[in-house]
Amino acid sequence: MIPLLMYVAIFVVAFFLVTKVVSGVAAKDYTSLKTVTFGDESAVRPNRAAGIISILTIFLMWGVFTGSKLLPEFLHAPGPFLGTTEFTYTAQAEGQAPDDATVTVLVFPRETPADAPGVDPGDGFAKNDSVAIAQWRTGLVNVSRNDEISKADGARVIAINGKKIAPGETVKTANGSVTLSDKGTPNFAPSKGWQMEPLYLPAPEEVWTRTLQIASEGFRNFTLWEHLGYSLFRVVVGFLLGALVGIPLGYAMGLSNWFRGWFDPIVEFMRPVPPLALIPLVIIWAGIGEAGKIILLFLAALWIMAIAARSGVSGVKISKVHAAYSLGASKWQIMRYVIIPNSLPEIFTGARVAMGVCWGTVVAAELVAAEQGAGMMIMTASKFQNTDIVIMGIILIGVIGFGIDMLMRAAEKFLVPWKGKG
Amino acid sequence: MSGLSIDKLSMRFDLPDGGAVQALQDVSIDLKAGELLSVLGPSGCGKTTLLNIVAGFLAPTSGVMTLNGHQITGPDAERGMVFQQGALFEWMSVRENVGFGPSMKGMPKNNKKEIVNHLLDVVGLQDFKEKAVYELSGGMQQRVALARCLANDPDVILMDEPLGALDALTREKMQSLVLKLWKETGKTIILITHSVEEALLLGERLIVMAPRPGRIHKEYRLPFAELGVNADLREVKKHPEFGPRREEILNMIWDMEEEIMGTKEDAA
Repeated sequence: MIPLLMYVAIFVVAFFLVTKVVSGVAAKDYTSLKTVTFGDESAVRPNRAAGIISILTIFLMWGVFTGSKLLPEFLHAPGPFLGTTEFTYTAQAEGQAPDDATVTVLVFPRETPADAPGVDPGDGFAKNDSVAIAQWRTGLVNVSRNDEISKADGARVIAINGKKIAPGETVKTANGSVTLSDKGTPNFAPSKGWQMEPLYLPAPEEVWTRTLQIASEGFRNFTLWEHLGYSLFRVVVGFLLGALVGIPLGYAMGLSNWFRGWFDPIVEFMRPVPPLALIPLVIIWAGIGEAGKIILLFLAALWIMAIAARSGVSGVKISKVHAAYSLGASKWQIMRYVIIPNSLPEIFTGARVAMGVCWGTVVAAELVAAEQGAGMMIMTASKFQNTDIVIMGIILIGVIGFGIDMLMRAAEKFLVPWKGKG
Repeated sequence: MSGLSIDKLSMRFDLPDGGAVQALQDVSIDLKAGELLSVLGPSGCGKTTLLNIVAGFLAPTSGVMTLNGHQITGPDAERGMVFQQGALFEWMSVRENVGFGPSMKGMPKNNKKEIVNHLLDVVGLQDFKEKAVYELSGGMQQRVALARCLANDPDVILMDEPLGALDALTREKMQSLVLKLWKETGKTIILITHSVEEALLLGERLIVMAPRPGRIHKEYRLPFAELGVNADLREVKKHPEFGPRREEILNMIWDMEEEIMGTKEDAA
């Protein structure tokens, strides 16, 4: 809740700062002179400052709530408690007046284990205790262990810091809280602050260090580049095979009644089947090796490319085909000089979609079972609670997916400049 | 037997609801080589259907067409077509568009280059030959379409409202260009239009068609096209015969339109 409020606050403050205070320097081009901008989508241009602030905010929040060393201390959200604290408990036993004793708790950083500090036992039948608890952890304090009248003899804890407590109830103390277990033993939970435990979200610099480490040492017998390269290789091969079969199939469906009739039911049925749903079957048939992955990606790309090519053919304006015929073109020449170039923009759009789907599918397939690959890397890391590797993997997968799309766009711009101009 | 002969052409479309449309009924036209014919009529009179049949894109339900003595059965390079718009190949440059027909025939590069350059000069697009067609204005695109058609040296040129999408000024310039090309090349031309003025200016012969079923209503032989070859078209419009002819044909078409509206109201 607090991070969300903080995020909204940054959003709003940055909005006012940038648009009201700094915006005077905007260029006076044609679009900036439009008075109607609400409802005119073409007048909406991404605010570059907003983009930069947005990315910085994500890293800032990440750092703030993980206690990142990249940020000055005062920007950190309150961290988990570290150090020594104490609470008192009141024990009661039959035939005795209730007796108070103090528990001294040492909360130590996880990387430097410490022993429980020594304490003076004090007087009364309940003796003072001490315990050491690792940061982020909780600890049962077996208070009656050293008492003169132990739990087995009927002693019970009835209050913490003077506040009455029953099994299952919780009392707040300095720097933490005490919950009485069902069996009557106090359980001390040091206060966690607002930061995320590294197990759930490591600090950015830790992810970065881990990235460098994996990049130089590798992960599970394969270098980082081999993991990513395998995933990319599967995508490229699967996509190319899918395009190699799908595009001619789509053309045939766009040009022949028989092909259209024969393949329409198959394509229309397979199109809405998510490729992920095919993973189990492909594993049964082809195992978890390269063949299985490539078959899966081939199937993922095949229908998309077939449909793209088919709609590319149906998108040819009939007047262009007529014009070509009355200029003396043969069927083959119509195919080569009219239908193929006219359908290329559609095919490129399909290829972009197919590459995106393939990338998603390969990661998912590797999550399920693989010897190497980006998906396998994050799945294995998560099993060993290496959250930093998981986050690194997610970021790298995102970067590569984005890069693929950028490359496809650039290729499209270069190869089919006539897109949308017909 | 030189020229285009259309004999008792009929065309009937079956509709999915079981009915049928008689798009053309017994249309007969004899066109000598080098004649310029414009076809005019209210919408739905089947003039585009007629052109598509002559081009060979549609087979008529009955009737025979011959060009220079042989029967027309499908599209062929001997009958070039100029469309209203959007029929250029946007993946090719202006030069490649104009050279498309010769390329398809496998003409040697030098001959092709000569033809393309000559035609680009004729239509005044020499400076634009390496441009993509979508970078040109509408009028320029239609000039490319004309040049592309002429590059193939067809016997007959079929024009389906080629100037319909152009603005009035460009249109007038293009009309002059069509007349000039007609005279220079001596091609047989059939031009479909919905503009009465254009039909008068660009029709050595003029056919007015009537709808339901599509048929020839009236035929004219006019002097204006011949006059327009060497004169400003605005001068031609001042010809004493031009105004009355225009009024006559406009009234004819208005009557047809009213008839259509009338039958529609009856049906309702």
